[in-house]
Amino acid sequence: MKCQSCNQPATVHLTDVIHGKKREVHLCQKCAEKQEIIKHQELNLGAILQTVLGQHLGPMTDELSRLTCPTCGIKYMEFRSGGRLGCPQDYDVFKGALLPLLQRIHRAARHMGKIPVHAVRNAERQRELMDLRQKLRKAVDAEAYEDAARLRDLIKNKESTDEPG
Amino acid sequence: MNLDSLTQSNGEWLRGSGPEADIVISSRIRLARNLSSFPFSSRASTHQKAEIEQMLKDRLVKLEAESRLDYLPLPALTPLDRQLLVERQLISRELANADGPRGVAVANQETVSVMVNEEDHLRLQAMRSGFALDEAWTDIDRLDDLLEERINYAFSEEFGYLTACPTNVGTGMRSSVMLHLPALVLTKQIEKVFRALQKINLAVRGLYGEGSRASGDFYQISNQVTLGKSETTILTEIREVIPQIISYERQARSTLTRESRQALHDRVNRAVGTLRSATMMTSEETMDLLSSVRLGVNMGLLEDTISIPTVNELFLQTQPAHLQKLMGASLDGEERNSARARYLRNRLREAGPNLN
Repeated sequence: MKCQSCNQPATVHLTDVIHGKKREVHLCQKCAEKQEIIKHQELNLGAILQTVLGQHLGPMTDELSRLTCPTCGIKYMEFRSGGRLGCPQDYDVFKGALLPLLQRIHRAARHMGKIPVHAVRNAERQRELMDLRQKLRKAVDAEAYEDAARLRDLIKNKESTDEPG
Repeated sequence: MNLDSLTQSNGEWLRGSGPEADIVISSRIRLARNLSSFPFSSRASTHQKAEIEQMLKDRLVKLEAESRLDYLPLPALTPLDRQLLVERQLISRELANADGPRGVAVANQETVSVMVNEEDHLRLQAMRSGFALDEAWTDIDRLDDLLEERINYAFSEEFGYLTACPTNVGTGMRSSVMLHLPALVLTKQIEKVFRALQKINLAVRGLYGEGSRASGDFYQISNQVTLGKSETTILTEIREVIPQIISYERQARSTLTRESRQALHDRVNRAVGTLRSATMMTSEETMDLLSSVRLGVNMGLLEDTISIPTVNELFLQTQPAHLQKLMGASLDGEERNSARARYLRNRLREAGPNLN
């Protein structure tokens, strides 16, 4: 059997049963040490749980725990504890973690319903507008009114090109 | 909109008419929508919320919808008026108790309400009396289209309408049907119905969103899944299951008539008797007794001395905020119980069998 992380022969095998479902983790000595499952020849229970649970919640939990949305500033861990996302961009930023979550909640991960006719579907553009608004906020707070006026016009301009009403 | 005048009417959902109105109280559909270029409400600053509110309010009151929308800013309302809107199901308890700029746009007949700065920037809601999901969908779909011409919704082709909570993403749609199921409760079959519904991913809640034991035997059945299914599919799934529950309730009513007619008669008459003579009445007890009265009227046990719209009205008018509005005074718990009992005695003077 090969290590799940690096394809070397696996020497560390973990089995856990959660809600009657068996989960297995197979790693080589090196990767197990790297994930801190084995530390100085001892078993690290916390890390083992992390690994087994991580599989359940979706991959790369460690990496995700450090993720922060550049647009609204919410950390992935804040979402996990509060249950609410910070802005529309989070669906993109936290996608890796959201996909398995959506699959569990809805047993699906793709929209099949109504599609708005006029909405800006370009995520890039939505983010740009949100960034501009944030800059505007900061400019007003800093009493940099010339910058603020320029930003306000820019936002108006960008909005009017995709807002018919 | 004059809130005091609201207390004089039943609103749409308790009108007591519409298809299957003896069992189906109302049908309701809500859509969660967000603006693309703002953070979700929980992460928006007070200033941003004010900006969102201003922009949405402007567009809502100018909509060329069939019925004009009136906008009510919640911070300007007294706690009593906010509670009144909760009792009429025009706003959520969350919106009533939140902070910051927020409000609701309400249509004249109360068939449509739009919450601003709830958990999502917009919560559109359409209500109909009786079993009328399709009509509610037509209303809300049209309102959504009108708004979408003027607002950039947060939308992705992959995940649909983006919402603050991933449990609403996709269609953002929660469609629910409120049922009055006293016979299933009396014959202890209601749990069985719940378990069956949960298996097919439908949620069951009480009248104001409470858990298992619903007051007044009112139950709301709604979809849980919002992603991966079209609005039509979601509506069809609910539309197909409701007639089955209606037929279980009707079977339970015939079982009661067949096997415990005397006990049922006794229950209904005792309920009327208590409501006509008690001097203190909590809102919980009122709901329970009115539920028996409602069952009695629908089973023809009360000789047309009271109508279903009247019973529906009493359910609403005896809620704490409505009662205080009717009395024109703010009352503490004990005063409310006494005012409630007095009000019920008056309204039910003519109801029930002739006791002479």
